[in-house]
Amino acid sequence: MQAFLDIFDIYLLEAVINGILLGGVLALLALGLNLIFGVIDVTWICYAELVMIGMYAMYFMVQYYGISYFIAAPFTILLVALLGAALHYLVIAPLLTAPPINQLLATGGVLFVLQSFATVAFGIDFRNLGIRLPVLALGDMNFSYARLLSFIAALVGMVAVYLFMTRTFTGTAIRAIAQDRQIMALMGVDTKRMYIITSALGGALAGLAACLLVLQYDVHPFVGLSFGPITFLICVLGGLGNFIGGFIAAFVFAEIISLGGLFSDLEWGYVLAFAFFIVMMFIRPAGLLSRRR
Amino acid sequence: MTRQAQLVAWAVGLAALVALPFVYRDPYHLHILVLILIWSFAYTSWSMMGRFGLVSLGHGGFMGIGAYVTALLWNHLGLSPWIGIPISMIAAGALALVVGYPCFRFRITGHYFVLVTLALSGIVLQVITATRDWTGGSLGYTPNRAAGNKLWALQFDDKTTWYLVALAVWFAGLVVWHWVDRSMSRFALEAISEDEDAAAAAGVDVTAEKLKITLISALMTALAGAIYCQYQMFITPDTVSGIAVSLQMVFAAIVGGLFVSLGPTVGAIITILLAESLRIGFGTKAVGWDNLVYGVLLVLFIIFLPKGILGSLLERLKPQRKPSPSS
Repeated sequence: MQAFLDIFDIYLLEAVINGILLGGVLALLALGLNLIFGVIDVTWICYAELVMIGMYAMYFMVQYYGISYFIAAPFTILLVALLGAALHYLVIAPLLTAPPINQLLATGGVLFVLQSFATVAFGIDFRNLGIRLPVLALGDMNFSYARLLSFIAALVGMVAVYLFMTRTFTGTAIRAIAQDRQIMALMGVDTKRMYIITSALGGALAGLAACLLVLQYDVHPFVGLSFGPITFLICVLGGLGNFIGGFIAAFVFAEIISLGGLFSDLEWGYVLAFAFFIVMMFIRPAGLLSRRR
Repeated sequence: MTRQAQLVAWAVGLAALVALPFVYRDPYHLHILVLILIWSFAYTSWSMMGRFGLVSLGHGGFMGIGAYVTALLWNHLGLSPWIGIPISMIAAGALALVVGYPCFRFRITGHYFVLVTLALSGIVLQVITATRDWTGGSLGYTPNRAAGNKLWALQFDDKTTWYLVALAVWFAGLVVWHWVDRSMSRFALEAISEDEDAAAAAGVDVTAEKLKITLISALMTALAGAIYCQYQMFITPDTVSGIAVSLQMVFAAIVGGLFVSLGPTVGAIITILLAESLRIGFGTKAVGWDNLVYGVLLVLFIIFLPKGILGSLLERLKPQRKPSPSS
């Protein structure tokens, strides 16, 4: 019995730490989505599909053209940033005055477009980078370097965004728009330009996430569906547009999935996370960190 | 058009549709028609809520419950679909109430409502996949072939019978639509979708009205799932539940026009014909192309034609009426 408990605890600890590592990447995704929502007041349902395109970009640059991973990564980030800006310019900008639901559904259409574009252009095969990073053994626990690297890079990315938002003029302007859309235009801020910059920034975060996720997961046209819904739930749980709430919610979700997966199948981990989300919506409809009014 | 002329047009159209399979027997075309009718019914069910601004991405979940509960009861307990379908509808309705009540009570609207319902269809999809010992997981599930009475098992071999069943269900959906259209709830719900606070102040019971329409919509969607399962005799989690199915409903309803009763039907005709013609025209090379066209169309429609094809056409045809006290 005692031996059983020892093993159990090691697994538990491993699952907890893996959950934290997973949480880093989820927090990065949630940050990008929250940024878009907080500033432009739009939910990009197709956010995970931008990540998928970024993963394909990484795959082709690294596998096909033999470019080194660390050189390919900035290009991918740039590419997805451009995609984000294009998405805003082509789809969101014409709909800015339409009902919010229309904007959300239009990005749902973009989700279809990106998914089927990937199917048509790249086929439905599962592809991976072929880079297998070693496994870090710590006592009896095993952690993959890929996860550790992702976690650190995600943290660096988030700190960079934080510094951009607080230390630069543009970042300050973006935060100001998030507080009051109408007044900032009167203060001489070009809101259209700010929206484009924000969209590009959100895209860049998706690009960074793509570079990290491609290390751990195979890429295929529907890969977005495996982490897209979770990202939205994290943002809503944290309170749409609330950066810190999204950060905390990402780790809460990652732990539920990781621990749920330890005790049962991975699917039940997801079921648990979804159910937890619905229950939390009723307890705190405006997000984890909201104050009851 | 006067009210009488409208009724005559409906009656003639319906009679023509009932007579069709007795005159025209090409099984492939009948198959396409049955699919169009079943999906039209599902899209109509979604639009019951959607037209009042209650955009739900959870309907894939209701449809999945309708299909899987009916099939599971038949296979494991030998319960006829005649009993299984009402049970599955009750299950979907109960789920709709359990999720809907707190949603409406706590004023979860707009983006938040969409994302809560998205979680709902995510849960149903994952539960079906996770309970693979019973449901076959993502490999799909087939109801057992009936040994004896076909009617008792609700399994028919000929397309004509299925066409008539699907037609009846589709027509029932339209009848419910008109029933809602003519009720007081419609005005209440329209007021709610314009301004919830103002509606509440004017004495509309916001929670009750929203729950009513959600319940009707969920029951109908579950029925659509069950009928689809009985017709196709094969279901997978991806074809009857999940987020993709929910988005498909939204798309077809918007393309057709979700504010007019035949809009979702027009949406179903367009989407299914588009998918079929691409499939025939390009064969296996067409994998993905239909969704690519769907997606582009969806974006263009929302930007340029938010009332949908039929809705915009009817608006164009309608003579510019001046507000008169009699209308």
